[in-house]
Amino acid sequence: MTTVTTELAHESRLTRERRRWNVERIAVHAVLVAFVALALGPILIVILNSLKTTPAIFGGPFALPTAETFSLAGYERVLTRGNFLLNYRNSLIVTLVSVVLTVGLSTLAAFALVEYRVRFVPLLAGLFIVGVMLPIRLGTIPLIQIMIGLRLMDTLWALILVYTAMSIPLGVTLMMTYFRTVPGELKEAARVDGASEFRTFSIILPLVRPGLAAVATVTMLPIWNDLWFPLILAPGKANQTVTLGVQQFVGQFLNDYPALLAALTLGALPLVVLFTIFSRQFIRGLSAGYGK
Amino acid sequence: MIRPATARRSLLIFVLPALAIYLGFAVLPLLISIFMSLFDTGKSGTGFIGLGNYIYLFTQPVVSARFWNALFNNFKYFAIHVAVEIPIGLLLAALLTGGTLSRSEGIYRTLLFIPATLSVVIVGFIWRLIINPLWGLVGFPLLGNQLTALPTISLMGVWQYVGIPMVFLYSALIAVPNDVIEAARIDGASPWRIFWGIKFPLILPQFGLIVILTFIWTFNGFDLVFALNGSAPGPNYSTDILGTFFYRTFFGSSGQVADLDLGATVATVIFTLMLCVTTAYFWLVQRRLKAHSA
Repeated sequence: MTTVTTELAHESRLTRERRRWNVERIAVHAVLVAFVALALGPILIVILNSLKTTPAIFGGPFALPTAETFSLAGYERVLTRGNFLLNYRNSLIVTLVSVVLTVGLSTLAAFALVEYRVRFVPLLAGLFIVGVMLPIRLGTIPLIQIMIGLRLMDTLWALILVYTAMSIPLGVTLMMTYFRTVPGELKEAARVDGASEFRTFSIILPLVRPGLAAVATVTMLPIWNDLWFPLILAPGKANQTVTLGVQQFVGQFLNDYPALLAALTLGALPLVVLFTIFSRQFIRGLSAGYGK
Repeated sequence: MIRPATARRSLLIFVLPALAIYLGFAVLPLLISIFMSLFDTGKSGTGFIGLGNYIYLFTQPVVSARFWNALFNNFKYFAIHVAVEIPIGLLLAALLTGGTLSRSEGIYRTLLFIPATLSVVIVGFIWRLIINPLWGLVGFPLLGNQLTALPTISLMGVWQYVGIPMVFLYSALIAVPNDVIEAARIDGASPWRIFWGIKFPLILPQFGLIVILTFIWTFNGFDLVFALNGSAPGPNYSTDILGTFFYRTFFGSSGQVADLDLGATVATVIFTLMLCVTTAYFWLVQRRLKAHSA
C-alpha cells in the first residue's frame, strides 16, 4: 500500500524533526490556529446561541450562555414540532443501507475486476472509473419516471437505489486499488486447496479492510448531506431526511431563533462526530479515490 | 490457476449486481435524458423535433436570457471557488507538511476539514445568521444586493470546501520522497526554496485534478443557492446558477410551467459542457505524459 508506506515515512520524518519552539514554529501555529478559528467559529457561535434565550441571542450573540440566559427551549420546540426524530430515522436508514450496499457490491465487483483477466475487464473497469465523475443529478427527470414506474416514488428505496448507484463507481475504483495490493500467492494457495471463487474472495477480504472503511466513510458524507434527491424523489413528510427536514423547518420557523439554531445543531452534529472519529480513513479514501 | 470458463462465469456473478444498479440508476437515466431532449411531448405533442428544444433554449428571448445568465453566473461561481479555495488550500497543506509540526498536524487537518462535513443547507443558514444585519457583524445586506450576492454565496462555499484541495495537496505533499528534501536541506536550501523548487513542481498535476473536480462540483451546484435563495434565486436572478435553472425548468416554479423535455435539454447541455472540459483536461494530461516519457 503506497499511501501507508508514505505515511509511515512521513511519521518518521515528523519525529526526527521535532524541534524546540522558535519563531518559525510559532508563526506556523499562529496561522493554522487563525484558520481553525475561521473554520470552527461560525459553527461554535450557532451551537452556543442554540443554548440561549431569544433576548440573549440578540443582546450578545457572541457571549457564552450564563445561568440566566441558558435555555433548552429551542431543542424542545424542534423535537416536538419538527419531525426531527422521524427525519433522523429516515436519514439513518437511507445512509446505512446505501453504504452497506455500496461497500458490499463494490467490493465484489472490484475483486473480480482485479482478479480475472478476461477480455472485457479493462472496458468494464473503465466504465466504473468514468462514473466517479458522472453528474448523476442530470439524469433526474428520467429517474423520476423510473421511480414512478417502479412504484418507488416518495419512498426511502428511491433514495437508496440512487445513492447506491451514485456511490458504486467510487467504491469500485477505491477497492480495486486495495485488491491490487493483495499478494497473489495467497489467492493461489486458496485455489490450490480447492476453494471456490467466493471462498477465495472471503479469505482475502480481511486484507482489504482499510479499503472497506475508506469506501464507507467517503460515500457516507454526500449521501447524508444531499438535498437534491430528497427534495425531488422523497419529499413527503413521512420520508424526509434530516437535510431536507432542516431546510423545511428553517422555512417554517424563520423567527424562532432558538429553535432554528437547535435544528441546525442537531442536523450537523452526527456527521461531524463521525468524521472526527474516522477522519484518517476518510482522508485516505478521498485522495485515493479521486486521485487515480 | 483459474480456468477461463470459471473466470468468465465468476466475473459475471461478482460484477453484475454492482453493474446493474450503476447502469440502471446512473447511466441509463443520463442517456434517456439526452434522448428526451430531442422530443416534444408537452407543449404541442409533436414528438420528435430534433434540435428544436436546443434552438428554443438558446434563442427564445425570455428562456435564453435566463439560461445565459445562469451559465455566466455559474462560471463566476466556479472562478471564485478556484481563485480563493486553491491558494488557501495550498497554504494550509504546505504549513501542515512543512516539517515544523509534529503531533498537532493530524488535529489541525481534522479541524480544518470539519466545515466540509456539514450539509450545505446548514452552512447556508449559519452564514445567513452571521451576516444578518440584526447581529451587527455586517451592516450591509450582502445577500440582498445584486453585485455582492453571488460572491457572498461563493465565499460561503469556499469556507465550507477549502478542506478538499487542502487534503488533495496534503496527500501529494507527504508523498514527496524524503531523501530529495533531506539532500536539499543539507545543501542549505531554505524551507521556502525547498517548497517552490522541489515540492511544488512535484505536486503540480494535483492542481489540474482539483480544478476539474471543482468545475464538476460547481456546475452541479444547487443546494447552497437553493437553501439561501430558493429556486428563483434573487436578487433579480443574480445568484441563479445552472442547477437552480435546471430545477425550475423541469419542476416549475411560480410563473414558470414545468417542462420535462426542456429540462432534459438543459441537463444535456450541462452534461456536454462537463464532458468537453473533462475530455480536454485528460487529453492534455495524456499528451504531457507522453511528452515527458519521450
